[in-house]
Amino acid sequence: MPSKQELLDLQFIDARHKLIDLAAFLDRIDRHPGTDDFRYAALKAALPILLTDRPDRARAVLDAFSDHSTEPIPKATFQGALGAAR
Amino acid sequence: MKYIEPHAHMVSRTTDDYEKLAIAGCEILCEPAFWAGFDRSSAAGFYDYFRQLTDYEPKRAAKFGIKHYCWLCINPKEADDPGFAREVMAIIPQFLDCPNVLGIGEIGLNKNTRNELAIFEEHVQLALDRDLPILIHTPHLEDKLKGTRLILDSLAAFSKLDRSKVIIDHVEEHTISHVLDAGYWAGMTLYPQSKCSPNRAIDMLEIYGTERLWMNSACDWGVSDPLAVPRCMLEMKKRQHTAAAIEQIVYHNPRQFLSQSPKFVS
Repeated sequence: MPSKQELLDLQFIDARHKLIDLAAFLDRIDRHPGTDDFRYAALKAALPILLTDRPDRARAVLDAFSDHSTEPIPKATFQGALGAAR
Repeated sequence: MKYIEPHAHMVSRTTDDYEKLAIAGCEILCEPAFWAGFDRSSAAGFYDYFRQLTDYEPKRAAKFGIKHYCWLCINPKEADDPGFAREVMAIIPQFLDCPNVLGIGEIGLNKNTRNELAIFEEHVQLALDRDLPILIHTPHLEDKLKGTRLILDSLAAFSKLDRSKVIIDHVEEHTISHVLDAGYWAGMTLYPQSKCSPNRAIDMLEIYGTERLWMNSACDWGVSDPLAVPRCMLEMKKRQHTAAAIEQIVYHNPRQFLSQSPKFVS
């Protein structure tokens, strides 16, 4: 198994790139007119998870975006998915 | 290194992709029945689709030395109309004896509706009646956790179900433990943006072990990569996984599951 140093050597630049891209996305949303919606709120609510000291941040982020209701719905109003629960 | 691609929608890919798969080492490919990108207008549309899965695609794959197997069903997206779904399900039995049909799939849920669940359960019963393996699709994005739980609760009611013959696909970090703890196989799908990345899939392998797990590309008509599995194999190598460990997950695991169909020859 690689060490932390080996993993950083392998993947730090990619992770850095993704973080900058995410920061730029937040800047871009702020800079454009109109209102945001529940998806943007969900994204910002999930961000603090990254800074928690837990071994399953990816799971927690996915949970944060998930629909936690338990009953099947009567009928689909549309076929796609939006990425965050309303 | 040889590998098996257990979930690829080749009906939506050009022949160039078969060539690329063969060059990359793919020996066997499995294609579940799925949504065409639009809702088909009649059950006859599915009849022709099943003809393509059982006749044309195996011939197209064979030109590149790849064995092609398939699964049959009406996919979850088109299952919300139960009358239409049952018309399609009535066609399935006439194709089940085709030499490349392994089982029922990819059944499952899309928006987690009552009708989708009812049709899912009817497919499970069909598979049980014919002693066939089952391949299950879990919903996309925010719907996946709820759908996985509904699927697991539904399957638990089938007392005669052999869980070793069921694979629940497209697991992610928040659903994988639910699936594995319940005794089913779990599939990790390497698909841009909406499912796993290679590194996340490798993380899950390292955390949960390799038992009852496989990887696939689920390449389709969306922006997707038919070579996602060999790309993940390279990432595994970069992360110091041995050749034996890589071959286990990309060849021996899928072969172990798929060999439960007497038609599967590797």
